Amino acid sequence: MTDVGTLALTALLLPAAAFLLLSVAVPLRRSGRPAAYVSVLFAAGALSSAVRAWWGSTRGGFSLWLWPWIPMEAGPLTSLGVLADADSTLMLVLVAGVSFLVQLYSLGYLADEPAPSLGRYYTYQSLFAFSMMGLVLAPNFVQLFVCWELVGLCSYLLIGYWYQRPEAARAAVKAFWTTKAGDVGLLIGIVLLYRQAGTFDFLQLLELVDAGRLPLAGLGVITFCIYLGAVGKSAQFPLHVWLPDAMEGPTPVSALIHAATMVTAGVYLLVRTAWLFDKTPEVLEIVGWVGAFTALLAATLACVQSDIKRVLAYSTVSQLGYMMAAIGAGFASAGFLHLLTHGAFKALLFLGAGAVIHAVGSNDIFAMGGLRRAMPQTFIVFLVGTLSLAGIPLFGGFFSKEEILGAVWVGGLGIPFAMLALAAFLTAFYMFRVVFIAFFGAPAAPGHGAPGGPGGAAHPHDAPASMSVPLWILALASVAIGVGFAVKHPEAELAAPAWITPLAVALALGGILLAWLTYHRRAIDAGRLSDAFALVRDAAANRFWLDDAFLVIYRRVILGFSRLVGWIDRYLVDGVVNLLSAWALGAGDRLRRIQSGQPQDYVYGVALGVLLLIVWFRWLA
Amino acid sequence: MGLQGYLMLAGALFAIGLFGVITRRNTIGILLGIELMLNAVNINLVAFARFNGDPAGMIFTVFTISITVAEVALGLALVILIFRVRRTVIADHLDILRG
Repeated sequence: MTDVGTLALTALLLPAAAFLLLSVAVPLRRSGRPAAYVSVLFAAGALSSAVRAWWGSTRGGFSLWLWPWIPMEAGPLTSLGVLADADSTLMLVLVAGVSFLVQLYSLGYLADEPAPSLGRYYTYQSLFAFSMMGLVLAPNFVQLFVCWELVGLCSYLLIGYWYQRPEAARAAVKAFWTTKAGDVGLLIGIVLLYRQAGTFDFLQLLELVDAGRLPLAGLGVITFCIYLGAVGKSAQFPLHVWLPDAMEGPTPVSALIHAATMVTAGVYLLVRTAWLFDKTPEVLEIVGWVGAFTALLAATLACVQSDIKRVLAYSTVSQLGYMMAAIGAGFASAGFLHLLTHGAFKALLFLGAGAVIHAVGSNDIFAMGGLRRAMPQTFIVFLVGTLSLAGIPLFGGFFSKEEILGAVWVGGLGIPFAMLALAAFLTAFYMFRVVFIAFFGAPAAPGHGAPGGPGGAAHPHDAPASMSVPLWILALASVAIGVGFAVKHPEAELAAPAWITPLAVALALGGILLAWLTYHRRAIDAGRLSDAFALVRDAAANRFWLDDAFLVIYRRVILGFSRLVGWIDRYLVDGVVNLLSAWALGAGDRLRRIQSGQPQDYVYGVALGVLLLIVWFRWLA
Repeated sequence: MGLQGYLMLAGALFAIGLFGVITRRNTIGILLGIELMLNAVNINLVAFARFNGDPAGMIFTVFTISITVAEVALGLALVILIFRVRRTVIADHLDILRG
């Protein structure tokens, strides 16, 4: 049996090889479909290595491979390598798996793209797979940060994949800058931590913490800074504004990067460094509160969206809030579990939504309707994903969501628990709102679909095999996870009260019931329901004015400050420089007149000089 | 006649040459002044060689004379070229290098 580290390294390097091949071999990249096959093939290889690495690590396999990097006088500053343990290989399987399925799915979804841009797409996809795996396997903060920025770059490139569309370009820039705002915090945190501990390495830091030799003074600031990075990447309040806009990218990208993998990097970071955060309970409390608040806020936002991808995007923000809340309660493993199950069923939901969008040619759920008959396969898999997300027993999300609720309750965060419970109710409601509007009811009038979407057929039908196979695999995975947990209940590290399970199920069923009554039976008038919550509805419709607030901050504060700095630079700093240069010019202009251009004057000067020197040395010196 | 007489002759010749270089307006006159200064140096060299019994100075002088020939040839060629372009050899008019 091969070493876990070797397998993990193989999984990491295969997408890197695909990326290098596609970026260097230009004719291959521009040929489109062959480039796609190369990328999919390498992703499949990475997946098989990742699965075998995970299999090895479940049997106690553990491996640390390091190559020294940045030599200094006192040894290398840091290293590159892979740290393959139970957590990282499990995450590796998720990344490699979803990455492979999404690349496969994209073969069908982006079939109409011109060949060169399809090749570009797969080049980015390979780069993303490599960067994300590098992040997952990172043995220290430096490699983690480098890969962290790389996935951010891939996110930017893929959101802006249709860069001719101004809104896509704008969304890409917005995502980039918003996550960068958090990344600054992460970088500061890493550097501060190095100053305090003298190492970037996770295992060395863990040893220090275990031995109690890491000074605790100021550690709160460090963990908070690191958490800021996670806030940006994992779309926590108030930096969550980029994620809904990121839906301008192709739907498979949203499934991979903005639902299953990249946005969970922040959660993964906190899980990875949970032992560090445990030392700073005050920061953990902030994490928990912000997480729960984000979960609730995003759930209310999701209820008023009519764009199917935006509903899913806010749902992702909400679920990320759940994960963060569990970490904040001190039970990082519960958050990590939800990360994994969420990765599976949210990718499923996005890919299902992609199949619907591909068939209908519009993102608007009111332009759909009655798709249950037209797209039976898609309906089933989408329903599986929805039930998982809502937290119905026997489906993937049930167990992990219940675990989080229990963790937050045991962690003693009362109000966040209430927020999460309400968010769970809303989750079931908004997801079944989508299901009832899009898949039940009468088919929407033809021609309702907005033109310019990626497919757009008059008669919607199920997706081709390359798209439906990944859907079915993910649906099976979601169900298998749920059934697996029901059969073999994993050892929970916390003893949640018994009433959590019935509460969670009741909340989910209540949400489904409300959606059913409102959007299917029409027993409750949707208009009156929303009027009853007019205040929240209006606020949510305006995204709680957060984007406006950021705009004001940008326009007034940052631009104003920039203008001030610009004035200082232009008139004060440049003024000093210009004054000096004016003096130099004036002095040169005066001295210029000495140069008469007459050699005789120069000879006269030389002779006079010699004479003076003679007089000086002979009589004066 | 002692060494001093030769040195005074050489000094006078040098001063005359320098005076010519500084005051002459004609470029050819300036070149003549330079020749005088060079020959003053030659007289110096030969005089010291003769009185110190060291033939090195005389050998130097042979070199100086031959190099002076080349210098004069070059200088006159320059003057001719300048005359072709500017139609003048008066130094006061040749001031295109004025700052």
